[in-house]
Parts: sequence; C-alpha cells; structure tokens
Amino acid sequence: MTTATTTADVRTELDDDSGTVWQRLARTQAVWILGVLVLIVAFFSIVGGRRFLSANNFSLISQNLAVLAVLGVGMTFVIITSGIDLSIGSVLVFASVISAKLMSAMGGDGAGVVVVGILAAIVAGAAWGWLNGFLIAMAKIPALIVTLGTLSAALGLAYVLSKGVNIAVDATSLTDFGIYTRIAGVPALPLLALVIVVIGGIALHRTRFGRHTYAIGSNQEAARRVGIRVNRHLMWVYLLTGLLAGVGAVMYLAQFGTTTIGGQSLTNLNVIAAVVIGGTSIFGGYGSMFGTVVGLFIPAVLQSGFVIIGVDPFWQGVAVGAVLIAAVYVDQSRRAAAQRGAKSTRKGRHNV
Amino acid sequence: MAAVLTAEGLSRSFGHVMALNGADFDVEAGEVVALIGDNGAGKSTLVKALTGNLALDAGVVQFEGRAIVLDSPAEASRFGIEVVHQDLALAPHLNPAQNMFLGREIPAKGVLGWFGFMDNKEMRDRTRTGLADLGGTVRALNAPVGEMSGGQRQQIAIARAMQWASKVIFLDEPTAALGVVQTRNVLDSIKRIRDRGVAVVLISHSMPEVLEIADRVQVLRLGRRVATYAGKDTNVEQLVGAMTGALDFQHTENAA
Ligand SMILES: Nc1ncnc2c1ncn2[C@@H]1O[C@H](COP(=O)(O)OP(=O)(O)OP(=O)(O)O)[C@@H](O)[C@H]1O
Ligand SMILES: [Mg+2]
Repeated sequence: MTTATTTADVRTELDDDSGTVWQRLARTQAVWILGVLVLIVAFFSIVGGRRFLSANNFSLISQNLAVLAVLGVGMTFVIITSGIDLSIGSVLVFASVISAKLMSAMGGDGAGVVVVGILAAIVAGAAWGWLNGFLIAMAKIPALIVTLGTLSAALGLAYVLSKGVNIAVDATSLTDFGIYTRIAGVPALPLLALVIVVIGGIALHRTRFGRHTYAIGSNQEAARRVGIRVNRHLMWVYLLTGLLAGVGAVMYLAQFGTTTIGGQSLTNLNVIAAVVIGGTSIFGGYGSMFGTVVGLFIPAVLQSGFVIIGVDPFWQGVAVGAVLIAAVYVDQSRRAAAQRGAKSTRKGRHNV
Repeated sequence: MAAVLTAEGLSRSFGHVMALNGADFDVEAGEVVALIGDNGAGKSTLVKALTGNLALDAGVVQFEGRAIVLDSPAEASRFGIEVVHQDLALAPHLNPAQNMFLGREIPAKGVLGWFGFMDNKEMRDRTRTGLADLGGTVRALNAPVGEMSGGQRQQIAIARAMQWASKVIFLDEPTAALGVVQTRNVLDSIKRIRDRGVAVVLISHSMPEVLEIADRVQVLRLGRRVATYAGKDTNVEQLVGAMTGALDFQHTENAA
C-alpha cells in the first residue's frame, strides 16, 4: 500500500533545490519512521520467518488497516490545520447504524439497497463533519471540545437508534465485495483504501486546497491576511473528515457484515497516533500522507509480529505507546531547534 | 497629483485605549510618504485599518476619489493595496515561493489547473526574480521560512508585497531586522517601485532613512496626525519635536 504514495509525497518534499537528495530525504520525519518500520519488518521476518513474511500475512494486515487508513486521510488534513477530530470513531458507528438500519428496512439484496446504504452512511458522516466544522470554524469553539462533544453525541444517538442491539447486514452483494472480491489479487477493501489515500495525498501535496491547509496550520493569521477564507476551508476539512468516516462505515459493514456499536472506542486515538507517528506535527503546518500510511503500518505490523512469534500481543500497546512518544519528542526537538534559530536572530536585531 | 488613498477622521479604540483618535492620512501616486510617531502612536493600527485588517469605529476612506470600505485583506488586494506587517505574517512551515504566492497560487496549465493543481515551477521562478530584484540574500527557495534569519524573512515579506502592489504599498518598519546592505537594497527598491507610479507608505523609526527617502513626512501622535512636512524641508529636530509634542501644535499642523 506504500509504493504509489511514496513517489507522490517524497517528490513534494524533494522538489527542493537545497542540499543533496539524501540530505533532503533525511530532513523528513516520515523517512525516519519508514526506517523504523523497515527495521520492525526485518526483525519479525528473521524471528518469525515465512509465517510473518508471507503475502497472506500482509494481505491480512492490510485488510485490518483499510478502514483506519480512510479515516487517517481526513485526520491528516485536520491535524495539519492544527486541529483534532476525536469524533471519527463514533461518527463511523453512527453512520454504520443508519446505513444498516436503512438497508434492513428496505430488505433484500438489490443494487438499489446497497446504493442507498452507501449514500446514507456517507451523508450521515458528512453531516457530523459539517457540524464539527461549523462549531469549530464559525462558533470558534476549540476542536478538542467540539469533537469530544460529538464523540459522545454521535455514539449516544447510535445507541438510541439501535437500542443497543447490533444490526446485521443482509445485503450479501456488499459483504461479498468486502470479503471475497479481489482485484489483481489484492483484496478490494485495502485497494479502495489505497485509492482514497493516493487521492488524499495528491490533494494535500499538489493542490491549492492542500497548500492552504498547511498555511492555516502554520500561521492562521497570515493565511487570513493573504485572503484565504480560513473558516470556509476549515469547514471543508472537517466535513470531508466526517464524510470519510461515513465511507469507513460502509467498508466496515462490507468487511464484518454487522455494526459494532461498542467496538470503536479507541479508533480515534489509534488514527491520531498513526498520523502523529508518521511525522505530522500535532501543532500544525507540517506532515505528509505518506507518513500517515507508515504510521498505520507500525502498530499493525507489531501486532501481527507479536502474535506470530508468540509474544503476548498486549505488548503491542506498550511498543506503540513508546513509538508515539518518541515521534512527538523528535518533532518537538526539531521545533525547539527552529525556535532557537528564530530567537537568536531576534536578539541580533535588538543589538543593532 | 491627486491622492490615491485618503483617510479622514479615523477612530478605533481597544477597550480604553484610543489607538486612533480622528486620524487623517493621505498618499499620492508615485510618492513616498513616511509615517512616523512614538511607540504606541497608532501607526500599525492605521496601517491595519487601511489594508483591510482592522475594522474602524469611525472615519472615511477614499480610493481614487471614491469612498470605499476595506473589510478584508482580499478587498484591499483587489484595489492593488499591499502591506508588509510589522510581524511579517508569513507561514513559517512554507517555503519562500509558497509564501510569496499564498492565496494567489498560479494554476497549472490546462485541465490540471481546474482541479486546483499549481504551477510550482513558475511560482519558484518568479519568486527567484522578485528576491533578486531586491538584491536579497535568500538562497534556499525550498527551505521553510521559519528556519531563515529575521532579515531573510523580512526580505521575503517585502518581495511579496512589492510583487503584488499596483497602487499602494505599506511597509511597517521594513528595515528593522536588516543589515546595512539589505537596508540599502530595500530603500532602492522603494524608489524603484515609486518610480513605477506606486504610492509607498513607509513606517520607520530611523530618521536618516526617513529624511533620505520620503517626499512627505506625516507625524502621528496619540492616534492623530499632528503634522505633515515636505521631506526636503524638514530635519530631525523638527520631526522629533512633532512626535513628542514638544513643538507648538498650531504651528506645525499643515506646515507642508
Ligand atoms: N489588538 C490590540 N488590542 C489592544 N490594544 C491594541 C491592539 N492593537 C494596538 N493596541 C493599542 O493601540 C495603541 C497603538 O498601537 P500601534 O501598534 O498602532 O502603535 P505603533 O505606532 O505601531 O507603535 P510601534 O512603534 O511600537 O510599532 C497602543 O497603545 C496599543 O497598545
Ligand atoms: Mg507598530
């Protein structure tokens, strides 16, 4: 799932004419994290052998990552604006409940049923995203508070609508797609996720929309002063993030054939961790889609590797926590170094 | 020559502080006006108000003889009014070219442009030219500006404003962080852009700089214009006197 994004993203960081290719590469945190991932894969390949390093195992890992990757696309945009979205897991649950309820109410397995189910999930997700964006950009309530609120509200409503009972999906054409369909040997859901990640990466690194996303996270006031419509942009970012959670809901239903109302309580934190491990700065203005993909693979590979070599998989949590803190530490040291640079020039100015 | 931008009776208060208290201001095409005053006199506030960055409590702004309302920086840009803020207003994570064209990115040619793709090469080339015109010392066109020296950042902010200003350019203490050579370059660039017919408003605490370059000097004190002098007829003592209020009001007002 990495190759296509690698070329697009690394090129962006590279269309740079300062320093050699290697110096420039070494400056990007995503590349360091990729090194960490390679080391982890190498370690488990040696210790776990064929059972770890097999097409089957990696197909399984990417199956497990597909939904998270789609959520990670939106979260990368949000965090680069220096925002946060805690609500995506709940929004996913809400959208999947709406979708599953509608599909079972319509009954049967027709194309119409599936299309309505997909659209319903996407609209439901986008609606929550719109609400998040409105409250953050227009009402100026901090993103942490708004999305903590919608996290609670969306999940609460999902319980109300479902009365706490999970709803199974009878539309077998949807679940068959999730479970059996393969395109060029690759399972359909990870492939869909890859397409969304690549589109998201191109939008982030190659278009004005992406450029403005960085600018807002870097210096919101500066962005406003050059005429970027900051509020409108933030609304779009949160709306798209909610919309992608709706897409994630459809993929989840396709994969598991049922809603899992209580099963997404850590999704938001896992996605945020992946984005941050991938080198995107929690303070905004810096990050890459490629980094997010790498950041998703690290916990997933650790999990799979621990199971295969027979280590208690709970250690995965410990290892991910350590990687997360280390990643933020590196990011902060870099920021501190840049700050020191800025301070020393300001001091120079007073001396003049 | 007719004034390109005039302001009458501008007022703006922050709580109990009257940052602007009935201030007047005017600048003509193709002239350099120096705006001077003590710290806190209201210079930056006036600049913000005239560039769409601050709402006014009262007052009238006219552009080429028509009353206008500058309610956003984009609106000011549409009139060809640009500004270099005292705090520069750059995005530290973006590189000089990205900052230079922020909000005004050049679209890629053809269909790709419709989808929001950008012509990065063209923007980089124009940035290089703009900085070279300024005799700048910015070399790394792809390093984030946050990693650059204060003077280099100032050059980028100035180059950006000069690139876009077609009518009026405001420079709020543009040389404060610059070395001797770069200050020289900025002053030369100001003359060049003035000769192009652009009105230049320069805020500076350096009296020699003001006396060298200003066609007119307008003095702000306690949020009000207290004096206007012709650059060639004034001197440091007179300017300092007007700034601090040591000179007689009646005598100085409209001295030019
Ligand atoms: N956003 C603000 N909030 C509160 N007070 C403000 C604000 N902006 C300016 N002021 C006040 O308005 C007055 C004028 O400030 P301004 O920045 O215009 O001064 P200045 O002439 O540019 O000074 P300096 O030479 O130090 O740059 C000051 O007393 C300042 O404290
Ligand atoms: Mg000021």
